[in-house]
Amino acid sequence: MSEQMTIRVTINGKAYERTVEPRLLLSDFLRHECDLTGTHVGCEHGVCGACTVLFDGLPVRSCLMFAVQAHGHEVTTVEGLAPEAPERLHPLQEAFWEAHGLQCGFCTPGFLMTLVPFLEQNPNPSDEEIREAIAGNLCRCTGYQHIVSAVKLAAAKMHPDPSLRETR
Amino acid sequence: MKPAPFKYHAPTTVDEVVGLLAEHGYDAKILAGGQSLIPTMNFRLAQPAVLIDINAVSELAYIKSNGDGGLRVGALARHAEAEHSRLVAEVAPLVHATMPLIAHPQIRNRGTLCGSLAHADPASELPAVLVALQGRVRASRQGGSRWIAAEEFFQGIFTTALEPDELLAEAAFPPLPSRSGWAIQEVARRHGDFALAGAVAVVQVDEGGTCTAARLVFFGVGEGPVLARQAGAALVGAEPTEQRIADAAALAANNDVPTPHEDIHASSAYRRHLVEVLGRRALSQAFARATAEER
Ligand SMILES: Cc1cc2nc3c(=O)[nH]c(=O)nc-3n(C[C@H](O)[C@H](O)[C@H](O)COP(=O)(O)OP(=O)(O)OC[C@H]3O[C@@H](n4cnc5c(N)ncnc54)[C@H](O)[C@@H]3O)c2cc1C
Ligand code: FES
Ligand code: FES
Repeated sequence: MSEQMTIRVTINGKAYERTVEPRLLLSDFLRHECDLTGTHVGCEHGVCGACTVLFDGLPVRSCLMFAVQAHGHEVTTVEGLAPEAPERLHPLQEAFWEAHGLQCGFCTPGFLMTLVPFLEQNPNPSDEEIREAIAGNLCRCTGYQHIVSAVKLAAAKMHPDPSLRETR
Repeated sequence: MKPAPFKYHAPTTVDEVVGLLAEHGYDAKILAGGQSLIPTMNFRLAQPAVLIDINAVSELAYIKSNGDGGLRVGALARHAEAEHSRLVAEVAPLVHATMPLIAHPQIRNRGTLCGSLAHADPASELPAVLVALQGRVRASRQGGSRWIAAEEFFQGIFTTALEPDELLAEAAFPPLPSRSGWAIQEVARRHGDFALAGAVAVVQVDEGGTCTAARLVFFGVGEGPVLARQAGAALVGAEPTEQRIADAAALAANNDVPTPHEDIHASSAYRRHLVEVLGRRALSQAFARATAEER
């Protein structure tokens, strides 16, 4: 075993301190060291997007970062979207549920973590913008149609007043 | 699918980085955005003994205008920053237009422009852009640094003029002269995927509309960016009519570009066809910009 390093990472607002090997991927750190198994691992080479998390607020592939690089930084995983789940879900999660934006659900955490910041920046996105935003996430079940519908529904939920939607 | 063990360094200054490179050289790899390096480590295609992570070297995190009116980007400037930068849109519109073609938003949030150049993937857009614009990179090592012109920098598949003890500290994209135009065209299977083939054109015309310079560069079809010299030469000195542009693109496909490779996504013949079509489109668009814009 190679050298170990002690790191402190804030995940979903909570501080985690662990001693890990530098080669541990952030995705494996979240799943195996922090028991946050909502972040899924599909391909481990950056193609599928299942492992997407927010790193200092921006969506990134957690399989393409080492855990030691997160030392002193903030990570948000799908568990952080709805601290009161299952009683209360994030509006985007509700929309995925209602519009059938998932079937097996394997890809869903990655889609959600990609789309939350996207919707904050684009409160009223077009179909084309949505498709471009999710181009880096693979889904083998839905055919994407329902995911696009779910995003539109989420946009309406998050900004129910259309005038607000235009200006924000 | 897990990386082999390595020794990890996270320096905070360029001096430390080049010091570590001097010490470890061949055994070490720079870790920038990690969006190309970590996949290859996950597959164990790369097993560097030492990783030098430059993500905490804040002096490398800049995008600024150069004295000559062009653009300078430090080794920690990320694709997403360039994509959303007004400065880049103004002084380097070709670089700005290239960003959305590179991978996906999540990858652009980490990946760096200099990492794309240092990695020298033949299918990558930015090396072709740097060659088309006649840009340069600055390589730093302990005790000094040197500028390397784009055409000398890219030497083959994943191969550059960078020595093992050198850091690619920054890249410089020169400004476009007046009456010049640019374009980038590619075909990819899915938005953000690596292109099957692509073309970058940078051209210039005089007051009378005669072409005075034309640089057409292809990516995805050779061992690195392919500068189509014959096609460029055929355009200079004449008015860029539709026919001349089509002839130049055909010349590029038949003479300038070596026989493209074949893979499960595209045959060699299809890639050659793309060279001609994309070359023509890129030239037409670039000449249209050059004649429309008094820049
Ligand atoms: C799914 C997917 C799709 C992609 N699609 C595209 C695409 O369409 N077009 C495209 O161009 N790219 C694409 N990429 C690659 C992406 O753009 C990478 O970010 C980029 O090629 C490398 O930049 P990086 O900062 O991540 O470098 P890293 O991965 O950190 O490094 C790559 C290599 O360059 C070296 N290196 C990096 N920076 C320096 C430096 N400053 N000095 C010396 N050596 C250095 C490293 O040691 C390593 O060998 C894709 C990647 C993925 C995962
Ligand atoms: S597991 Fe990270 S992108 Fe597929
Ligand atoms: S719902 Fe099954 S992969 Fe997307």
